[in-house]
Amino acid sequence: MSLVGSPDRRREQAGAGSASDRVRRRPAAGRRRLIEVGLFVSPALALYLAFVLLPIFLAAYYGFYHWNGLGPVTEFIGLDNYARAFQDDVFTRAILHNGILVVLAILVQLPIGLGLALMLNQRLRGRAGLRLVFFAPYVLSEVITAVIWQLMLQPDGLVDATLRGVGLGGLVHLWLADIRIVLYTMFIVITWKYLGFAIILFLAGLQGIPEELRQAAAIDGAGPVQSLRHVTLPLLGPTIRIWAFLSIIGTLQLFDLIWIMTLGGPANASNSMVTYLIDHGFRRYQFGYGSAVAVILFAISLVFAIAYQRYVLRRDTEGALTRIVG
Amino acid sequence: MNQMVAGHRRTAVTAPAVRRSLGQALTYTIALVVAAIIIVPLVYVVLGGFRTTGQIAAQPVALPQTWITRNYTDVLTSGTFWLQVFNSTLIAVIATAVVVGFGALAAFPLARFEFRGREILYTLFTLGLLFPVGVAILPLYLLLRQLGLLGTALGVALPEAAFGLPVTIVILRPFMRTIPAELEDAAVIDGCSRFGFFWRILVPLSRPALTTVAILSFVGSWNAFLLPLLVLGDPNGWTLPLGVANYSTQYTQDTARILAFTALSMLPALGFFVLAERRIIGGLSGAVKG
Repeated sequence: MSLVGSPDRRREQAGAGSASDRVRRRPAAGRRRLIEVGLFVSPALALYLAFVLLPIFLAAYYGFYHWNGLGPVTEFIGLDNYARAFQDDVFTRAILHNGILVVLAILVQLPIGLGLALMLNQRLRGRAGLRLVFFAPYVLSEVITAVIWQLMLQPDGLVDATLRGVGLGGLVHLWLADIRIVLYTMFIVITWKYLGFAIILFLAGLQGIPEELRQAAAIDGAGPVQSLRHVTLPLLGPTIRIWAFLSIIGTLQLFDLIWIMTLGGPANASNSMVTYLIDHGFRRYQFGYGSAVAVILFAISLVFAIAYQRYVLRRDTEGALTRIVG
Repeated sequence: MNQMVAGHRRTAVTAPAVRRSLGQALTYTIALVVAAIIIVPLVYVVLGGFRTTGQIAAQPVALPQTWITRNYTDVLTSGTFWLQVFNSTLIAVIATAVVVGFGALAAFPLARFEFRGREILYTLFTLGLLFPVGVAILPLYLLLRQLGLLGTALGVALPEAAFGLPVTIVILRPFMRTIPAELEDAAVIDGCSRFGFFWRILVPLSRPALTTVAILSFVGSWNAFLLPLLVLGDPNGWTLPLGVANYSTQYTQDTARILAFTALSMLPALGFFVLAERRIIGGLSGAVKG
């Protein structure tokens, strides 16, 4: 994605050409150079083609067949798998669940993460320790996270006991068994695990903003709120937009947490696209249908990524380019 | 800090200073509340392992009355735990070695050669950032079955390495770019081949970036669930996440034991994190900033 490629291209335009190319830019060397490139790139490329790209093409192929994963792939059924997926209420609800989680992530994690990052960006005693704590859940596996929360969320478990203890007993719910609640319970667990990632990214972004700018704003009479709104947030824009991108792509792929805590239940109320896919592909041996679902998931991710690049991230790269040109 | 403390002492009576210390108190309160929300589940796991299931059920929020070590010793002497630690380590080491080795080789020309199709090749790799294992898992499973890799460590490690290549190349390429061209000129003049330059100069100089990608890959493999779940059928080949997930369903009635097992399986990742915190955080924010 040019998301990460563009800054390099900038540097390149600034004239940091490679030494080997300056040394060997003779026409006869062209083919030799390609062979060299091939030698260096081929192990990675072979691995990548075999285990990443080939399976995706195969998924696109199997998606047109009715197939249980065993025996020959012969029963071509055209777009029936796709039609079936979009007619299946369980699947469309799984898409909706992913969508809800995406929206919640932006609406809830962004302000909280931003607030905490701004806080940690001050001179604060124990800042390093706090940073370590906030980030710790990120390195734990989703499996461990899921098992811990599953136990804590049991009826009369730690969460319920704590809520009752602080006089919020009215909030106690069947966190994982109530079909109206379970998706939001998942969101809380996701937030617990991934908020630290947002904070770390935002902190890195904040530390890239020169203190002088805020001082200048203060001299011009800007209060803390104005300085935040007109100086800090706009400059943090690129970081926020990339966080949102990673967060959305990650949310679309959600599997481990849900699979362990609820298996997508109760009554499919916490299914995500990937749990639906695994359920149909591996538990019911509908490989053809599962592949079609995988293609839909991939298409959604891809369309989102391209649109996001084009309409949201483009501002960042354009800004960067005009800064260099101007 | 010192300045602020000193200023605070001198002007403790004036309004801005009061406001500032109030603000600080508020900041600390919020920070501590959030830290507590994050830490409590982890402490709950570790302490719960020292209690009995009966105690946990009766009083979810409490310290151990007597510290019972049996849950932990049971896990540590069972053999299953250590087998899973070994399997996880083996797979993570293979995946990391492959992704760092292949990734560094590929990032070198992508960073420093000028050739037609370079950006297309790079885009092809970065496109993989959008392909999580979930999308490709069904055909991947069939592919591994055909290659006879189902149930083997390689069957998990190779696809993990393949899916780790995009982020590895994305981190390594800009880093390799920053190594001055003069060094390469000097090496060439001294009769170094391209591979010689790569191996003797570029790799040693890229060590910070290589460490970062190695850690990211190791942690990613260590924590992986979906791929091992489908590839490793035999419990003897299971990795720790599979063990944790299975333990929690196998001993549903024995909360304390699940907690002890989970706590022990948490330790390697947390220990690793404390040791390598800077690299992980630096790598992640560096990758995002480009």
